[in-house]
Amino acid sequence: MKVGRRSFLSFLLGGAAGTALSPLPWKLMDDSSIWTQMWPWTPVPKDGEASYVNSSCTLCPGGCGITVRKIDDRAVKIEGMKGHPVNNGGLCILGLSGLQLLYGPTRVRTPLKRVGKRGQGRWEKISWKDAVSEVAETLGDLREKGQSHTVGFISGSDRGTVPRLFERFLTVYGSPNLIRTPSIIDSYELALHLMQGAQALPGFDFENANFILSFGSGIVDGWGSPVRMFRANSVWRDTGARVIQIEPRLSNTAAKSDKWIPINPGTEAALALGIAHVIIAESLYDYNFIDNYSSGFGDWKRLVIDKYSPDSVATITGIDSTTITALARSFARAPKPLAICGRGQGSTPGSFNECTAVHALNALVGNINKKGGIFAVAEPDYINWPEVEMDATAASGMQKDRLDGAGSKKYPFSRYLLNRLPQAINSGEKYPLKTLFVAGANPLYTMSDSKTVKKAFDKVPFIVSFSSYMDETAQNADLILPNHNYLERYEDIPTPAGMPKPVIGLSRPVVEPQFNTKHTGDFIILLAKALGGTMGSAFAWNGYNECLKETLGYKWRVMVEKGFWSYPDFFVQTHEESFDTASGKFEFAPEETGALKPFKPVNIEGDKTNYPLLLVPYDSIRLASGVVGDPPFVVKSVDDTVLKGTDVFIEINPKTAGEHGLREGQLAMLSTPVGQAKVKVHLFDGIMPGLVALPRGLGHTAYDEYLAGKGINFNELIGPVEDPVSGLDAAWGVRVKLAKA
Amino acid sequence: MSALDDNAKEIAEDAGGGGGASSSPEVNTKEQDKGSTGPVILFFIAGLLASLILGWIIFPKLLYSKKKQPIDFNHVLHMAEVEDGCESCHFFREDGTYSGVPKLDQCIDCHEEIQGDSPDEIKFVEEYISKGREVPWLVYSRQPDCVFFSHVAHVKIAKMDCVTCHGHIGESESLKIYEENRITGYSRDIWGKSIGGFKKNTWDRMKMDDCAECHRTTTANIERTGVKTPTKRVIDHLVDVVSPGTSMSEKGSSVQTERGACFVCHK
Repeated sequence: MKVGRRSFLSFLLGGAAGTALSPLPWKLMDDSSIWTQMWPWTPVPKDGEASYVNSSCTLCPGGCGITVRKIDDRAVKIEGMKGHPVNNGGLCILGLSGLQLLYGPTRVRTPLKRVGKRGQGRWEKISWKDAVSEVAETLGDLREKGQSHTVGFISGSDRGTVPRLFERFLTVYGSPNLIRTPSIIDSYELALHLMQGAQALPGFDFENANFILSFGSGIVDGWGSPVRMFRANSVWRDTGARVIQIEPRLSNTAAKSDKWIPINPGTEAALALGIAHVIIAESLYDYNFIDNYSSGFGDWKRLVIDKYSPDSVATITGIDSTTITALARSFARAPKPLAICGRGQGSTPGSFNECTAVHALNALVGNINKKGGIFAVAEPDYINWPEVEMDATAASGMQKDRLDGAGSKKYPFSRYLLNRLPQAINSGEKYPLKTLFVAGANPLYTMSDSKTVKKAFDKVPFIVSFSSYMDETAQNADLILPNHNYLERYEDIPTPAGMPKPVIGLSRPVVEPQFNTKHTGDFIILLAKALGGTMGSAFAWNGYNECLKETLGYKWRVMVEKGFWSYPDFFVQTHEESFDTASGKFEFAPEETGALKPFKPVNIEGDKTNYPLLLVPYDSIRLASGVVGDPPFVVKSVDDTVLKGTDVFIEINPKTAGEHGLREGQLAMLSTPVGQAKVKVHLFDGIMPGLVALPRGLGHTAYDEYLAGKGINFNELIGPVEDPVSGLDAAWGVRVKLAKA
Repeated sequence: MSALDDNAKEIAEDAGGGGGASSSPEVNTKEQDKGSTGPVILFFIAGLLASLILGWIIFPKLLYSKKKQPIDFNHVLHMAEVEDGCESCHFFREDGTYSGVPKLDQCIDCHEEIQGDSPDEIKFVEEYISKGREVPWLVYSRQPDCVFFSHVAHVKIAKMDCVTCHGHIGESESLKIYEENRITGYSRDIWGKSIGGFKKNTWDRMKMDDCAECHRTTTANIERTGVKTPTKRVIDHLVDVVSPGTSMSEKGSSVQTERGACFVCHK
């Protein structure tokens, strides 16, 4: 039979009719629509049992309580813990994004030993056993040679059991070189020590204050315990408290405040003294406090009255004298005024003079250790370990001067001076640093003058990082001994930054360790045991968890259940018992503080001719500039007038930009005496003319592709400036030259 | 071009083919018709049959891949051992969420040691229990991720029994072959065994039409009634077009479902 065209068409027609009468087209249509709506490669979260774990966030010193939602064994969401004394249910954007640090690609998955050149990124996996013996061997050798003091330890904190284990280890090993990373807390601690004779942390009763005079503190930009500050800021809206923000740039905090007073940068101390002048001259101060509980007021008063009249302060600060007078009056007349300092997030200690001047304002209005005021909060004394027994090597090692010069003749009162360490290593004046441990810190990123820091690190023959993430310091280490991530480990978090009463938070494992990591506390115990002798016997615990449980004693159970311990019997000291100075009173001008010397601005780097502008950093809650970098989710939230692609924007007043012939979005070259960088220009009316502002927290070279290589690290452009009294870094900015690129 | 040329030639030949019998073109045409109607119909039927066979028989065989469960499971045996029926193992958690397929935690009490000598039992204990690995069960009733479904609303509040949707699986002595749709990756049981979508029992298929079947008819005090299925929607639209204004259906804010919101059931 011949198959003709008609037959063929007929066949097709029959086929078409049959197909239409079969389920094939309809089923295919249905399936393909299901397929396109649920691409098989789109991850679908697994179903399972929901549970919640209470813990503490340790991504910043804020110490927020967190409640982590889990589906089976997987953590799926971090929320603020309801009823927690710090954050009561709130959480910041970094805390919310913590899971990206837990499960993200930046984790160090196993102990790593460097095989290539430093920083080359070539590593060899080693076992924990080998890691312990390798470190023990190096430390043992140094000790045998009588060089135990050449071991240094940079730690993000010196409070709580883990940092205390570091301290204990160094003591029994024989090195005085435990160095805490700096912040405004250093200045406050020193001020409380010298003016009140207290070894304590500053605590601020923000919730009860009703007039907040902030000398550049980023109240909603991450200062102190960020979430607590957000909440306090909301409380102030309800209670009608006033917030006065003094800083040269319209930050988010300034924008949210009741009044923003732009000030010539670095002249805050003079303004504080000018305010004091008006308060004293108009007799607005607290007579009871001044007469009965203060000492040295007369001398200080003379200085303030002589040198800081509103008119002379107006010349220094650029704020007109009527504003200063009005400000002083409203501060002194407010029922519960509170003055605070620490620029931005308070990540630099700043000028000591400034801190004491601001603190003196609080004393003038008598709100020391008083509701709505500032408290000296002693560290909770729950760590009571047996005294260590030191052998001769340890004793002689501990006798050596600290490499950073803290506690030396020059800076007798400072406890840690990390900013002086690079110079000490590079100059080699005292002794070389042979081994450096870094835990809870990322000095290669956070320390200013990155080049000098890098040079100093290059001179240290053996660097060990305990970082959970591949950060800048870990990248340049010889050995990475990854700690569990903060959601995988137990740790006590004593009194978060700025809390007016002691609280101990408990960070506890939310999930099992995801990788071959080890708790740094466990490592230190193992290391001490491997070294043996007095060191082994000082660390009798079988592991860190045992140590923590034993240390916390009866508090342990409550903390596991609630997530924190607050001291129910905590009471505020009366003014009679508050001050442990020689006079037993509040010292307005202790000799050591140099408070009686006239105001001298911090001598920031760069000369006016070559560097006509001033570069200042600014902080944002969207940019983590401390020990951890931004997780991808937080990077995404950064505005594109701050970061666009890999370009960072500087903020500059349109007037200044005009003088330099710069337009919005244009590329410019920023040069300081320390370094230079290519940036883009963003015109901003909210910044004083003559200033250039650059965000902190960008310009990472480590971490993942979402963060690395984006923007510029501010610390590459600025060097430390030693404060003459404290020795801490007092730099608030650096002089800069701006040219079209 | 050459193909076109060939066609043109063919057409020309066809047209000129009757040149020899030009005296009686009518008859000629009739004859031609007579001669070709048979095969044309035959071919139509052949095409029809072939495509029907393809669509009804071959297509489902191609569409689904057959997978065996990792181990077999006897529901009858377990039902005899438990007190609470299905909910003994497929229980509701305290927060009201539904646990679904049991995890090892529920099995481990009895199956820490091998029970009996069935090869599946030995495999279960050795491969899964002792290694702490969850059994990768293939779930016949798993709906696409975009479907919201609350067991607690149906079982606890509406007091429906398991059989209405899941059939008599609790009376099975072994697990049937899992047929996976090669395109979507979901089980055949969602569309139903019948490729034509016909069903005898409520549990034969679980597409949106089947949800709607109940939700349209159950008592009005249940909020989610009157769900319009895609099929009903098409019909309603046709009615609307043919005689506007006669349609009785209420219209909600959603253009697609003509109800309040899609997101009650769809993610």
